[in-house]
Amino acid sequence: MTSDQWDLVLGSLGPITGGAIRGTIPLALASFAGGMVIAVAVALMRLSGRRLVAALARGYVSLIRGTPLLVQLFVVFYGLPSLGLVIDPWPSAIIAFSLNVGGYAAEVVRAAILSVPKGQWEAAYVIGMARPTALRRIILPQAARVSVPPLSNTFISLVKDTSLASLILVTELFREAQKVAAFSQEFMLLYLEAALVYWVICLALSTGQGVLEKRLDRYVAH
Amino acid sequence: MSPTDPGAGRAADGPALLAVTGLRKSFGTHEVLRAVDLTVHTGEVVAIIGASGSGKTTVLRCLNGLEVADAGRVEVHGSLAVDFATSPDRRQLNALRDRSAMVFQHYNLFPHKTVLENVTEGPIVVQRRPVREAREDALALLARVGLADRADAYPFQLSGGQQQRVGIVRALALRPDLLLFDEPTSALDPELVGDVLTLMRDLAAEGWTMVVVTHELQFAREVAHRVVFLDEGAVLEEGPARQVLTDPAQERTRQFIRRLLHPL
Repeated sequence: MTSDQWDLVLGSLGPITGGAIRGTIPLALASFAGGMVIAVAVALMRLSGRRLVAALARGYVSLIRGTPLLVQLFVVFYGLPSLGLVIDPWPSAIIAFSLNVGGYAAEVVRAAILSVPKGQWEAAYVIGMARPTALRRIILPQAARVSVPPLSNTFISLVKDTSLASLILVTELFREAQKVAAFSQEFMLLYLEAALVYWVICLALSTGQGVLEKRLDRYVAH
Repeated sequence: MSPTDPGAGRAADGPALLAVTGLRKSFGTHEVLRAVDLTVHTGEVVAIIGASGSGKTTVLRCLNGLEVADAGRVEVHGSLAVDFATSPDRRQLNALRDRSAMVFQHYNLFPHKTVLENVTEGPIVVQRRPVREAREDALALLARVGLADRADAYPFQLSGGQQQRVGIVRALALRPDLLLFDEPTSALDPELVGDVLTLMRDLAAEGWTMVVVTHELQFAREVAHRVVFLDEGAVLEEGPARQVLTDPAQERTRQFIRRLLHPL
């Protein structure tokens, strides 16, 4: 590598990590939070025992999993304006990613809730709890432990998927890399650099997952 | 740790604490309970015995609404609490449930909560009692069953016998009128059964009203005032514990007891 190329890499590290800090990471966090709210709601709908409600939830999951994320993103940002609904890039991205994560995580949450033994519900009822309290205080905390590994997967995928937001004009990690690449014509270098930064973020997340799992495992026999 | 009237034994006067009539329950086409009647007076210990599949546990679970019977009336202190035939709403079932507390065969402690939190969860979160008072109560109850030093342990760190004693303390902490025990020693290693039975005998002596589904015939004979023998979903025989267990009127009861005492 020439010294010019080194300078380019070092010089672009600023804008690229800036894109990560101001774009990728907040976008992923906001979308994951929104997605989890949707996921719990959809999981509870599927478990509600009401056929219409459960069918609605199933339909949602099927639709999200059966269509490409890029298409979902484009429908929200480029499609809705033709119905008179114009949404800015950032909210568009958060809406699309949240809906997407919600569809995938709903299945994880549902399975995790079902994995808690029936006796836990009964013990909660017997001490006088109603269903919502039992869910909140007894069932979900136990379901959370089971769902950390699969939800971490979802979150890590989401972090990488946010690169798609560059296609709807959100300034994030990958878009910053693209800008420098287009300007300098050093595509290989800049895209590898972007990949490396994604990798570092995901390594940090994996470490976080390990810590969280260990913490939630403190009440389980080994 | 004082129920209504310590050492009262059986107060047979006045309306029963709990009177169940015509309890029926089917799971699909399988009829589990066919018209079971059961009366429990304050301070009384009733043991329900019977072969597995006879419906013992289902009766117990109908008494607190964990299972919704198809038909049958439950009266509490002489007034109608739940009529299962009219598909009771949740409010009625909750009112019934609030009178009792249940001890499970598999303890069902909350694994993500400490021993102390398991015991105080109901009093604090549901009954909204002051946190300090609930804690002190719980610690006193734990001390009573010899587990004060395990208050901050998690359930997985306890033996089965200890877990079941916590299960009993969790029930007591709710200050219920009625304690329901669903085969409380069946999941325990034999050498741990004694601790739990001793505790239950002490509770009976203090006058707690108890309905116990059990295979422990010796416990039933020594502690229960009355034994109910359930066979294929119906009460085949009931009466004073000693009489039913040593000189049953029905051949079927005799067989069952013999098989339990002499398995080989």
